[in-house]
Amino acid sequence: MAGLGRFTARRLLSGLGTLIFVLFVNFFLFQLLPGDPLARYKGAREISAADLAKLREELDAPVWEQFLNYLKDPLQLDQYSTIQGKPVWDVIGAAVPWTLFLLGTATLLATVIGIWIGIRAGWNRGSRFDRVSTGVTLFLYATPEFWLGLILILVFSTGIGPFPGIFPSGSAIGSGVDPWTLEGLISIAFHTVLPASALAAVYLADYSLIMRASMVDELGQDYLMTARAKGLMDRAIRRGHAVPNASLPTITLIFLNIGFVFGGAITVETVFSYPGLGLLTWNAIQFQDLPLLQAIFLLFSVTVIVFNIIADLLIAVVDPRIRV
Amino acid sequence: MSTAEVEQPAFASARSITWTRRRKSVVRFVRTFATHRTGMVGVSILVFFIVVALAAPLIFPDYLLDPNANLSNDDMGPPSSEFYYWLGTDDLGRSVLAELAWGARPSLIIGILASLMAMVIGTLVGIASGHFRGLFGGAMERLTDWFLVLPFVPLVIVLQAVLGQTSLWITVVVLGVTSWPGTARLVRAQTLSVEARPYIERAKVLGNSDWKQMTRHVLPNVTPLVIANTTLTVAIVILSMTVLGFLGLLDPNEISWGGMLDSADESGAALRGAWWFLFPPGLCVIAVVLAFTLIGRTLEVVLNPRLGSE
Repeated sequence: MAGLGRFTARRLLSGLGTLIFVLFVNFFLFQLLPGDPLARYKGAREISAADLAKLREELDAPVWEQFLNYLKDPLQLDQYSTIQGKPVWDVIGAAVPWTLFLLGTATLLATVIGIWIGIRAGWNRGSRFDRVSTGVTLFLYATPEFWLGLILILVFSTGIGPFPGIFPSGSAIGSGVDPWTLEGLISIAFHTVLPASALAAVYLADYSLIMRASMVDELGQDYLMTARAKGLMDRAIRRGHAVPNASLPTITLIFLNIGFVFGGAITVETVFSYPGLGLLTWNAIQFQDLPLLQAIFLLFSVTVIVFNIIADLLIAVVDPRIRV
Repeated sequence: MSTAEVEQPAFASARSITWTRRRKSVVRFVRTFATHRTGMVGVSILVFFIVVALAAPLIFPDYLLDPNANLSNDDMGPPSSEFYYWLGTDDLGRSVLAELAWGARPSLIIGILASLMAMVIGTLVGIASGHFRGLFGGAMERLTDWFLVLPFVPLVIVLQAVLGQTSLWITVVVLGVTSWPGTARLVRAQTLSVEARPYIERAKVLGNSDWKQMTRHVLPNVTPLVIANTTLTVAIVILSMTVLGFLGLLDPNEISWGGMLDSADESGAALRGAWWFLFPPGLCVIAVVLAFTLIGRTLEVVLNPRLGSE
């Protein structure tokens, strides 16, 4: 266990290094912007002439000094969103639960279905199921999530040919419905079906392809031969021996993929007008709300760092060989 | 008369032996590749789109893309039997078919150029971080790890939004400078495994410079891997570019598949049931991305015999 403790400490330390790099990027990325930065600092607030002069003075300082100042307050708690006229973190806080719910649902679906397909396809390599599922997953892998979302709206929301429009296509809940009632929960569930399916379909492609590849890698291993020689049933060998060994890369990928998952959320939430962080990002781009964009990017990056650390620790717990 | 025959060189020069060997290995490579059906499907799709991209200006004249020249057409008119309007019209009355053909151009150009840029950066950083021990190598490795963590799509979006959407070249640079860390990590791992072999030690003992060790011995050994990886990168770059187009971050004067989907979304094509405006751009993206993915996966198998039997 000492090994694990040391590994954790070192992993956290390197995570801290990454965090500083992210802050560096987040600061200088927005320095690239042409024009007077004061316009965006001001946002929708009334600012007195004295404060304005103080801000101007801060901006006239050398860049490295500004960076050090930024490091003292990386969250920039006093920043206001220019589109909503509220502190950026309040705006973000209101959007986070929706995104968590949508991405959580989509990831859960993608994981369960993707791993199931990967196991079956890899175990029976070359079978009909393998060929069909590999074809379909490669196709989904190449599909832009938001396009799938648009098609789902066309087919299941607008209704085309024999399909009636069943699912709603905008927002996350019917207007004027209280989310904490039964009616509200049903409404939320109905609004989630299409965006969650669009995201899940694309992500499951990744997971099932990796799961299939690691199953195929395990196929030739000696321990499977031993298990067979012991006379275990095929199903028992698959469940008890091959799958646990093959799952590691897929589980890691699920955590490491969070950056791509955010990317998908941006476009899919836009298509469905789903009131989460993705739609917020799109609005921030459309209306050049840079304080908001900067805060969202920081949140995305930090989340990715945290998930990376979790993934590494998870592997270290499961597989002691990693703890070097 | 007989002297000419006598003067035929009995031994080929070193150079010609090298070239014969290279030619043979290229032929062998093409033959092996051709036995993989999925790879050949990818090549056929890609060739089709390259031809379309090249021929677009010949088949579909400019005026078809000019909103002002198409005022008399219905907006989002359904497909008709006239060739230009086989796939109907978009929200501005322009031929969807013409836009599709023209849209192939930026996808292929940006996809390939940005991936080449990522390939060069990734290979340089990867070999350097694998070859040099100590501070420099460590710094390169750290840099790769750090960049790997940045959320790719949000980074691309923010970078493009900050730099502005004025030209195709900005998009190439944005996608190029964000897509290299995966390649770098792969190249680093391969460099470490190549450098563990005895002949690198021999080269070192014989006094070859770092540069020569890296370019003459390591580079040829990582090249196959890099080629396969770059092909797969093109797929990801084209997908990301579609996202940029959809978010309205590409040059608005250039027709792109992502941009078409943006106008389809904004003009409510999904709610108006205009399937001819929605399906084709997405299917084109899928076809091209699939083509590069299939080719890349086949290259991985063909160029890396140890993967084998996939």
